Amino acid sequence: MDLLVLFIILMLITLTHIKFIAMKQNIPRTQPRKSATFDDYTLSEIRRAAVSGIYDIRGGGSKRVLPGLDDLLFLGASMSRYPLEGYREACGTDVVLGTRFAKNPIRLKIPITIAGMSFGSLSAQAKEALGRGATIAGTSTTTGDGGMTPEERGQSETLIYQYLPSRYGMNPDDLRKADAIEVVVGQGAKPGGGGMLLGQKISDRVAEMRNLPKGIDQRSACRHPDWTGPDDLEIKINELREITDWEKPIYIKIGGARPYYDTALSVKAGADVIVIDGMQGGTAATQEVFIEHVGQPTLACIRPAVKALQDMGMHRKVQLIVSGGIRNGADVAKALALGADAVSIGTAAMVALGDNDPALEEEYQKLGTTAGAYDDWHEGQDPAGISTQDPELSKRLDPVLAGRRLANYLKVITLEAQTIARACGKSHVLNLEPEDLVALTVESAAMAQVPLSGTDWIPGKK
Amino acid sequence: MDMLDLKELGVRGVNSVLHDLSKSRAKSYQINNPMGQHSIACGLDATMQVKIEGHVGFYCGGMNQHAEIKVNGHAGVGLAENMMSGRIHVSGNASESAGATAHGGLLVIEGDASSRCGISMKGVDIVVGGSVGHMSAFMAQSGCLVICGDAGDALGDSIYEAIIFVRGKVASLGADCIEKEMRPEHQTKLKELLEASSLQADSTEFRRYGSARTLYNFDVDNADAY
Repeated sequence: MDLLVLFIILMLITLTHIKFIAMKQNIPRTQPRKSATFDDYTLSEIRRAAVSGIYDIRGGGSKRVLPGLDDLLFLGASMSRYPLEGYREACGTDVVLGTRFAKNPIRLKIPITIAGMSFGSLSAQAKEALGRGATIAGTSTTTGDGGMTPEERGQSETLIYQYLPSRYGMNPDDLRKADAIEVVVGQGAKPGGGGMLLGQKISDRVAEMRNLPKGIDQRSACRHPDWTGPDDLEIKINELREITDWEKPIYIKIGGARPYYDTALSVKAGADVIVIDGMQGGTAATQEVFIEHVGQPTLACIRPAVKALQDMGMHRKVQLIVSGGIRNGADVAKALALGADAVSIGTAAMVALGDNDPALEEEYQKLGTTAGAYDDWHEGQDPAGISTQDPELSKRLDPVLAGRRLANYLKVITLEAQTIARACGKSHVLNLEPEDLVALTVESAAMAQVPLSGTDWIPGKK
Repeated sequence: MDMLDLKELGVRGVNSVLHDLSKSRAKSYQINNPMGQHSIACGLDATMQVKIEGHVGFYCGGMNQHAEIKVNGHAGVGLAENMMSGRIHVSGNASESAGATAHGGLLVIEGDASSRCGISMKGVDIVVGGSVGHMSAFMAQSGCLVICGDAGDALGDSIYEAIIFVRGKVASLGADCIEKEMRPEHQTKLKELLEASSLQADSTEFRRYGSARTLYNFDVDNADAY
């Protein structure tokens, strides 16, 4: 009897299970869904960190989607504005930088300069190409952390010499050879951060220029060694002026941290020119977490910096250069319209030289990346021969051809900016103004202090 | 010796005279009434003797090349910063960052030097008759720092290949800085520096400090030291 009951129970259980499975097979399944918080990139970074035990270091600037200059539009001319004729009526592009104190201001044909990039992070060929391209286009290029190379000075008609916390390669002879001096307080990719050139990029020549042994990591300090704060900086700038007999403009470069007050303090410290670099601005190498989470977008930096100059009565007297993610003539024109006197490019200049070229896709694949995404500039394996010290890789870059490409690119984006300026009725690109712009988003309207498209509403203004 | 009255000429006027190499090369100058002004005798670029009678402010002798500068007084921040060659001698004390990033030459401070003395030094030799403040020889790359008195906290933090000699007490050593054996060649070098500085001290009373070289290449297992 007990066995019969047990048999019936087992049968019931089996039938129920079969029925459940049959039902389950008929229930539609939801799509597998990945977490927005733990997306593929985040998961890969957690796994990478768990295996390596080191934070991710890379070059370049912020890669995340940010409010940017693409969120602005020019209105162009219509009933109340008269456009200029393209290719016929002149639209000036020249700019003079450093008119406040220096005996010899910088005179450029175009308002687009080449940002500081070091010999060490870049090959000598790349530095030479930057000088050649800038010279053909009628603009300046800038040294970087590591000093001035003869190749760069020789090929650069106008060369800005960076004065950095590390003072690697800093010497008075090169200071006197420079056309202007740029005191680097910070950069957009890492406001408040220093740098590290890893040992694998320290060739004999780089080591000698930096007074350090070959092959060891070379730390670039985050603070200057002999001044702290704007009061000291004012005295430091006076020293640099004394050493160079007040001939050369002094720039101050600041990262996009507190643009209003940093600009005001730079004016107070005696700058002739202020360079403000937003978080899209590139670096040779720093931590991914730093690049993506410290600093402000370029768009958010421009108007506060301009307002600081205007409040002090120094707009156009102390010139403002904007950098960080400038890519085309529209970006140039928008930055100028918001009040900048010039822009500066770094990443775009590298791309013009040949960085991340799809023609090298096979080699990028071998490095575990793809053309357009390669950012391990600190590792020194750049197949384009730009961010490397490897002699064989460096040889791949022809400085003459690469310089020509850069010059072409600079001319194209200048023409683009002129095209926009003419359409807005301006006979000089520096005549562009905020009234020529509207914003596509509330955020960009608030940052740029121009009306939201289709309205007369500027967030924060009555 | 030509007399330059800074009260009359101003810093610009004095430096203009010293920078005019067609006239100043191989000459001797005495600067009177320095009044603690900044940037006095910076950017000199030829063999010449400059004597400053009084106290100087920031960056005296900055980026000096070849010249011999004597300050009969105290010096402000950044004395002899980024000096390339020549000699700067201060009879009194020096403020912060004396000899910062200097590449060469000899800096002598008869009195005390404040914090960050020899910060990021790149080849200069510095001899301090008294004591130095905290973080001296921070990230010092090369050259020698001789301290006849005591050293403050975190001496030689993150030091590279520079050598530190200390006669007195060291409050504490910075990251990666250790005491090292004083070998005969170090004794010889120290004696030379003391002799060149004209400071009286027995070289056998000094100890040597330098880099343990454990932080030269990044290693996550050293994270506590960073």
